[in-house]
Amino acid sequence: MTTRRLLLRAGAALGAPALLASVRAHVANAQAAKEVVLTNVSYDPTRELYRALSEAFARDWQASTGEKVVIRSSHGGSGSQARKVIDGLEADIVTLALAGDIDAIARESKRLPPDWQSRLPNNSSPYTSTIVFVVRKGNPKGIKDWNDLIKPGVSVMTPNPKTSGGARWNYLAAWAYELDRTKGDQAAARAFVSALYRNVPVLDSGARGTTTTFAQRGLGDVLINWENEAFLTLAEFGADKFEIVVPPFSILAEPPVALVDSVVDKRGTRKEAEAFLNYLYSPAAQKIIAHNYYRPLHPDQADPADIARFPKIRLVTVGDVFGGWSKAQPTHFGDGGVFDQIYKPGSAAR
Amino acid sequence: MSVAALVAPRAVFVKPSPLPGFGLTFGFALTYLSLIVLIPLAVLVWRASGLGLDGIWRVATEPRVLAALRTSFVTAALAALANAVFGVVVAWVLSRYSFPGRRLLDAVVDLPFALPTAVAGIALAALYAPNGWIGSLLAPFDIRIAYTPAGIFVALVFIGLPFVVRTVQPVLEDLDREVEEASATLGASRGQTVRRVVLPLLAPAILTGVALAFARAVGEYGSVIFIAGNMPFRSEIAPLLIVMRLEEFDYTGASAIATIMLAISFASLLAINALQAVSRRRLGHA
Repeated sequence: MTTRRLLLRAGAALGAPALLASVRAHVANAQAAKEVVLTNVSYDPTRELYRALSEAFARDWQASTGEKVVIRSSHGGSGSQARKVIDGLEADIVTLALAGDIDAIARESKRLPPDWQSRLPNNSSPYTSTIVFVVRKGNPKGIKDWNDLIKPGVSVMTPNPKTSGGARWNYLAAWAYELDRTKGDQAAARAFVSALYRNVPVLDSGARGTTTTFAQRGLGDVLINWENEAFLTLAEFGADKFEIVVPPFSILAEPPVALVDSVVDKRGTRKEAEAFLNYLYSPAAQKIIAHNYYRPLHPDQADPADIARFPKIRLVTVGDVFGGWSKAQPTHFGDGGVFDQIYKPGSAAR
Repeated sequence: MSVAALVAPRAVFVKPSPLPGFGLTFGFALTYLSLIVLIPLAVLVWRASGLGLDGIWRVATEPRVLAALRTSFVTAALAALANAVFGVVVAWVLSRYSFPGRRLLDAVVDLPFALPTAVAGIALAALYAPNGWIGSLLAPFDIRIAYTPAGIFVALVFIGLPFVVRTVQPVLEDLDREVEEASATLGASRGQTVRRVVLPLLAPAILTGVALAFARAVGEYGSVIFIAGNMPFRSEIAPLLIVMRLEEFDYTGASAIATIMLAISFASLLAINALQAVSRRRLGHA
């Protein structure tokens, strides 16, 4: 133990935060001249997608303007990511799992206008996805469609829709299925979803957690998940152990992107942030999107081999069936909403 | 002390003490406690106060909140009691016997402190899941630990163990052997010595350890979430409800549940402190 080490320790305890801040300031000053850093706050399964998109955009942007752009992405549950932005995380852009979460940012923090979703094409969704099933190899329980999920003895894995954005899509897809089958019987849809959750033995808080419980802990016969996550599950845990079952009917998940106006104006990054969001709609980006298992807005611009991986499904939207997230969110997932009622004492799902 | 007591019979704020520096250290202690503990808690209560007392009461008496609070506090208490028994045994072994690997075992006790709780939760879930090492042994008997309330108990015992061991161990090490020998020479059996002499001496330390383990367990989130199954009314803990409220941007609701937890925890800790005072007085330590 030398004095130097002691000094270092003391320094670490007392001066480190200040030191770090000053170093950071220096770095920021040095970079300000030649590099723009954008913060992208995104949801859980987009890690691989945005890594690829950011790199491609940075190359493109430097070639056309000579300016260096670095996009840092932060990932997590969609709801908690939105909360971080509301609480002050300086996100230049947000790319979340559902419009409801960006609505919440607009409502709670006023950092972007309420009509943010109409500012970019296709409800600000440059890519879409859907909800599919993952089953164990050979599909021992013979699961083909949504109504197989409510059969007795079938154990279904889906996260808690109160904490997981993906789980809300799962829930709404099931609801929309029964609504479609019964030609609009809301009570039947509710009974169907209740029956489905009666078959759910564990409510994990996020999509990745549920995937782990299903794939590694061996719980459940079927996992309801994002299509892109389902592909990743197979790639990660082995196509020899699991297979994807695509139901004939599902929901069109539209994960939107948006600029956070007050942040980009304060940081002077509006030009770059806008360019990045527009880039997502370009042929180059659409190709990357399809390659990462998301359904591109313009399939004709993507690699046909990638497009061939997406089966044809009849898809409905939250707007058509539920009147948009601003209605679906409070009705189904708000405090005391339909999902909470499913778990009321004495109700069917318990 | 005695002079002061004679001169000033009424209670005074600053008791003259032979130690200098009371004003300075007291000021520091108060400022520090305020910054670190009191102000954050005050903000919490202030946030919850938006609901009013009846609003908080309404949140507290929601069946689902009640069920979650019961799960949290009862499981935490059971886990703390389990640790009271087995933690003392571990402390006893570590302080009374010397055997190869004692130092290593001693260090292992601290691991639950050091491990990120999420890691602990994932490890425990992997172990106790129906296809895990322990879970697969229990599965034939239809015993399920992971994804049931029993899973919460296992996680809370895990994180609470070091608190009991670390508070009891030093007291046990300082315990005069002569006391036990005296007890033996007076004709007490070994069981009587432990029951009548050793345990009463350890009681305050055990209570402290139990209080710490309990308090820690009540607020535990990271490890429990991975092993509990999180089913409403069955294996849903109160901190999870708080997180859910936060996800709904319902800060007041979240603060309300947190305030209720705080109140119950504070009451329990006060009760344990009172117990401790009683057991001290019985021993003449006060």
